[in-house]
Amino acid sequence: MKFYGLIDGSDTSLKNFLVKLPGVDAVGADARAAMLGTRSIKTTSKRWAIDTAISMVDLTTLEGADTEGKVQALCAKAVRPDPTDPSVPSVGAVCVYNDMVAVARKHLDSIGGTHVPVAAVSTAFPSGRASMKVKIQDTKDAIEAGAAEIDMVIDRGAFLSGNYIDVFNEIVAIKEICGEKAHLKVIFETGELVTYDNVRKASYLAMLAGADFIKTSTGKIAPAATPPVVLVMLEAVRDFYEMTGVRIGVKPAGGIRNTKDAIKQLVLVNETAGPEWLTPSLFRIGASALLNDLLMQRMKMDNGYYASPQYVTID
Amino acid sequence: MTFEYAPAPESRASVSIKPKYGHYIGGKFVAGEKHFPTINPATEEVLSSVALGGKKDVDAAVKSAKKALDVHWSKLSGRERGKYLFRIARILQERAREFAVLESLDNGKPIRESRDVDVPLAAAHFFYHAGWADKLEFAGVGTKAKPHGVVGQIIPWNFPLLMLAWKVAPALATGNTVVLKPAETTPLTALLFAEVCEQAGLPAGVVNIVTGDGSTGALIVNHPGINKIAFTGSTEVGKIIAESVASTSKSVTLELGGKAANLVFEDAAIDESVEGIVNGIFFNQGHVCCAGSRLIIQESISDEFIKKLQKRMEKIRVGDPLDKNTDLGAINSRAQLEKIKELSLAGDSEGAERWSPQCSLPDKGFWFAPTIFTGVTQSHRIAREEIFGPVLSVLTFRTPQEGIDKANNTPFGLSAGVWSEKGSKTLWASQKLKAGVIWTNTFNKFDPTSPFGGYKESGWGREGGRHGLTAYLKGVTHE
Amino acid sequence: MSKRIDVKKTYKLFIGGAFPRTESGRTYEVKNSRGVFIANPCLASRKDLKDAVVAARAAHSGWAHATAYNRGQILYRIAEMLEGRRDQFVAEISELTGVTPKKAQDEVEASIDLLVWYAGWTDKISALDGATNPVAGPYFNFTTPESLGVVGFIAPKKSALLGFVAGIAPIITSGNTVIALASESAPLPAMSLAEVIATSDVPAGVVNILTGKSAELAPWFASHMDIDGLDISGLEAKLVAEIKKAGAQNLKRIHSFKEISSPGRILAFMESKTVWHPIGV
Repeated sequence: MKFYGLIDGSDTSLKNFLVKLPGVDAVGADARAAMLGTRSIKTTSKRWAIDTAISMVDLTTLEGADTEGKVQALCAKAVRPDPTDPSVPSVGAVCVYNDMVAVARKHLDSIGGTHVPVAAVSTAFPSGRASMKVKIQDTKDAIEAGAAEIDMVIDRGAFLSGNYIDVFNEIVAIKEICGEKAHLKVIFETGELVTYDNVRKASYLAMLAGADFIKTSTGKIAPAATPPVVLVMLEAVRDFYEMTGVRIGVKPAGGIRNTKDAIKQLVLVNETAGPEWLTPSLFRIGASALLNDLLMQRMKMDNGYYASPQYVTID
Repeated sequence: MTFEYAPAPESRASVSIKPKYGHYIGGKFVAGEKHFPTINPATEEVLSSVALGGKKDVDAAVKSAKKALDVHWSKLSGRERGKYLFRIARILQERAREFAVLESLDNGKPIRESRDVDVPLAAAHFFYHAGWADKLEFAGVGTKAKPHGVVGQIIPWNFPLLMLAWKVAPALATGNTVVLKPAETTPLTALLFAEVCEQAGLPAGVVNIVTGDGSTGALIVNHPGINKIAFTGSTEVGKIIAESVASTSKSVTLELGGKAANLVFEDAAIDESVEGIVNGIFFNQGHVCCAGSRLIIQESISDEFIKKLQKRMEKIRVGDPLDKNTDLGAINSRAQLEKIKELSLAGDSEGAERWSPQCSLPDKGFWFAPTIFTGVTQSHRIAREEIFGPVLSVLTFRTPQEGIDKANNTPFGLSAGVWSEKGSKTLWASQKLKAGVIWTNTFNKFDPTSPFGGYKESGWGREGGRHGLTAYLKGVTHE
Repeated sequence: MSKRIDVKKTYKLFIGGAFPRTESGRTYEVKNSRGVFIANPCLASRKDLKDAVVAARAAHSGWAHATAYNRGQILYRIAEMLEGRRDQFVAEISELTGVTPKKAQDEVEASIDLLVWYAGWTDKISALDGATNPVAGPYFNFTTPESLGVVGFIAPKKSALLGFVAGIAPIITSGNTVIALASESAPLPAMSLAEVIATSDVPAGVVNILTGKSAELAPWFASHMDIDGLDISGLEAKLVAEIKKAGAQNLKRIHSFKEISSPGRILAFMESKTVWHPIGV
């Protein structure tokens, strides 16, 4: 059923749907997220949460200065985060610019990492300011090079000026290119959307347009994946499942720097959308420095004393 | 794939409970004659043995309070009085962990609540009132206002330390001295508070603590040496107190029961409203005078809302109050548990539909699962009588005025909640609701600057804010 | 055994939570009441003032949006810290001004108590000055006082500590940030107070303290377009007209006070905001 049978794809139909969504009370949302942040996750649950978080990390390098060498090092770390401990799971994916996809895929395959997908950022990431033609080519290039996941950005300018149908149609077009070859994550850049009402609207808009995952941020600006923003997105996927029977994934990215932050995210998932979402196919964490903190906490739990950054690899 | 939270118990190591306590009178602990046990309602473990205050003890306490007033306290400037209160506030902040653990042990409430709500608010009350002590000329009470003298204060078991702060702080700030009786089932944090008074160097006899039961309370209420009574507890006892002092010149303030309505309009922010309803009735196990015990929801959204509410209730963690992840702790006493059960059975027999999420309750201790009754109407006992437990009665309304009428249709008038994204509607509802505290798009929010108290049978007077000061002064020009 | 040589303090400015020297490199001599040299405090320049205004402006939003309770606790903390350093201040004041240690102690204790007094005002000033207004129509109408912004303070020449605290405390109680120019002849207690403030959890930039000549700096305080108010209690009488004229450029709220403890000193640097909202379904 096109658009899950909830809208007909027209401007009016989309606007009506979005306008009817209940508002988000910001103070209430902040309070709920803060309360969930007080959950105390210890011992066995903490150990489970650390390994789960590692398996959900989309290990990312998105620098203008990226080179083949940098990407290859990232891939090696993605497959075997801790060279001294083979029990550490591989991460959820490797995330790079689309002109590095081929390098990543080739290297991963050569080091026993065929199970690690390559995600490419796309559609003139991070600004999203380019012609549709360029955005489409961007996506095609990534898929041809071997990307199994596409992280696209929405046009925030169009969104903030109320042209929801333009934002919608862009997602539909990119989804069409992804087809069966790649899953599509839609990045909102919540720091630019600012209000929780906007985040809720963007969530539904993206899901109706065909997103497989909704993602908070590019990681290039702050604030990014704050707990209340992720809460609102988790509520959206939870309610969308009630409406349609389909589970859409959520990816917070940016600002999740340490194990405590990551565990807070897992608690949010657990108590909002539900434990069904606690799997890499429905929840990912976009991060780079986080991985080493997860490893150090894992070491502390196994050894009983605090680790030092010297005992984890820099890449 | 489930994410089980491993036990995360707060340590009891910060607290040391004596096996036996006397009363705190004239700046020291004096032995009591008869004793009774105080237990941990989550495990039924006996925590300590406290004294049952009799005539001799109450007389001694009042005498000590009068002496402290005449000899010392009335001679201090407001500025110096205030400094003692600032010290008390800071020491409560320093010993916060200890007080939070002790409160959860004695009361049964989750450590997260005693740690994040009860203790910080208690410290804040002392800090706020400390600042009024030397500013009464700016409090709008006129130039002839004076303290009553010796005040008798009787506090309930639901927020033991916080209720102590709500009573003692303004009393002392305005120049009174105090005889305070903590509730029968929760005396321990009041007794620990005596140590704070010591550490703050508070002059002997300014605060006296006499433990006991209803009979001890009656002795205080009827004592001729007490000039003013402040009581928080049930409406039933509040009326008895009002009758007892009718032929005296004693001043009385009462903070009694409630049956608050949480009015949810169709244009509410739904997820945050669900959260607010849950907080409104399940916070502190529903042992809250201002609990939102009636959900009055606009019929057009009630089915969808109830479904969301039930799903949310499934996430409520019931269990060991000392576990940092517990949301709903133990019922404070066997007696209270029986009352909750009795009223819930009435709900069943009167035709309302009961629902609780699946939860495993411990064998020992007093426990009740979070519960909602749908299909409730005004004529049900569970819509009328205060249950004082984690039980929500759900009624519906069609038009805004009908919602208001149902909300107001009660002899109580302590609090109400209004949920709507439309500002003018929340203000309109606030104007029409007959309640002393109205929370719009939030619930159970307390602050020392914000006056709290009820209309109608929910009591007399206010606590907190500038308004709360007048209770402790006589000769207030606009009384 | 020879007498121990003590380590003399270098007095610097207090701007943005740090202790920089004046960018002008200038100092002036401060002598005690017997004419003996004590120190070379900085002779602050208009550029130092400019830097202080930038720091004060940056700090304003956070300080004004802190809860009143939080501000009250911080003011009380300043009192706690000052109490702990009582002897240091007693020695400094009696050395500098020649008063007896008992008199100096009275001044220090009065200053501590004054801080406690103002600490208790943060969450009560709106009970005094706010209101709900019963307008003739279906509107909810309330008036609430808000902090002004960045306020300058020319401290009294005498009363090196008490007069100084009497200016700073009411200004910051409500959420304003302050740039204070210490007494020219007796700046050292103010600079020592800067050390107290730096250890009291006061956010950087909320209090900034300069030492120097009021005749030189006051005109720059007055003409600075990003300063919203001025307490000129310590300004020499002959300069007042000129300062008020310069301040008129951006309609600075300019006040001078005699009373040290008065809610009026708080309200003078606040603005009233009145809000209307219809009441209706």
